[in-house]
Amino acid sequence: MHELGITQNIVAIVTEHAQGAKVQRVLLQIGKLSAIMPDAIRFCFDICSQGTVLEKAKLEILETPGLGKCCECGLEVPLEKPFGRCQCGSSQIDVIAGEELKIKEIEIEEVCV
Amino acid sequence: MCVNCGCSDHNDTQLVNPKTGESVFLNTNNNSHHFHTHTLPDGTVITHSHTHPNHGELSQVAPKTRNTTISLEEDILAKNSLIAAQNRGWLKGRNVFAVNFMSSPGAGKTTLLIRTIKDLKNTLNISVIVGDQETTNDSQKIRETSCPVIQINTGAGCHLDAAMIEQGLEKLNPLPDSVVMIENVGNLVCPALFDLGENIKVVIISVTEGEDKPIKYPHIFRTSQVMIITKIDLLPYLQFDVQKCIEYARHINPKICIFQVSALTGTGLESWYKWLTRSVS
Repeated sequence: MHELGITQNIVAIVTEHAQGAKVQRVLLQIGKLSAIMPDAIRFCFDICSQGTVLEKAKLEILETPGLGKCCECGLEVPLEKPFGRCQCGSSQIDVIAGEELKIKEIEIEEVCV
Repeated sequence: MCVNCGCSDHNDTQLVNPKTGESVFLNTNNNSHHFHTHTLPDGTVITHSHTHPNHGELSQVAPKTRNTTISLEEDILAKNSLIAAQNRGWLKGRNVFAVNFMSSPGAGKTTLLIRTIKDLKNTLNISVIVGDQETTNDSQKIRETSCPVIQINTGAGCHLDAAMIEQGLEKLNPLPDSVVMIENVGNLVCPALFDLGENIKVVIISVTEGEDKPIKYPHIFRTSQVMIITKIDLLPYLQFDVQKCIEYARHINPKICIFQVSALTGTGLESWYKWLTRSVS
């Protein structure tokens, strides 16, 4: 259940960047091979954001599919899990996408002076 | 709240020196974000800090607001990775080789460590950082080998992170040209995500577990360079299929180096020792 800690981390990073402004929306990018469950993040987000500038912010999660590249033949292989087998028979596959764990953007309420 | 890793609050993380009994609470919190800058209407720029969480004064100053999107593209574990890189430099500068041992609870990490320390005491200079949620039992056992050891109690935390290792290394102060063995918290999930700055990651699986652990917990087996199958003296009494386990591990990580050992009888330890001493030198 490291999602709780990860979510606390998300709240801390966003709070730092928001510099006191109210956060309306947070967009995360979570790769399907990142060992992080988006549903667990959503569940933790409501709790972790309480009493912070992120309270009631909309949480959007962009899930990116896993993609590997075969070390033998160079073919790109779609991956559901962080391992797999290429058509050529090799299981030496470098994961090239799907391990992302990022805060892509935030939307904050800015004061017009 | 911990900003350095993805883990729970660090407030209850303790570092214990079992030799002196001294224990300190790790302070890895980063409150620097409470410092911020305002530009006043007359153009004066002021920077100040405050600890209250609601930062509500802005809406009182000017009720009119608009929404702005800020592109961050920030890696959620970036701070852990940065501290891990600093640890790597710290270790490299002292020519210290660090090994991160990970397994589920009860796979035999401590037993294998103690046996390795005893058998290699004339070859390698070893010191240890032990991570557990609670108790100093493991560090007490290791200290009986008269090897320098530091215990980190993570409290609610389920893994060690780079900030804990940073402070553990400072406290342990390993000799130059030595080896630091890091015994992670027993857990096959979270430790896979957190780089500590170690040279190699070793995953341990005992034959009393299922041989399909590598495909059940692929992340940890994929990030490790070595897999050690322990308690092989028990194989005659168990259903554990060693070949199947190796096949699974190689499917996940074709380059993984595999050893089969019994820390009790000593079977298979020689090749593990050879590999370790060769990697260190």
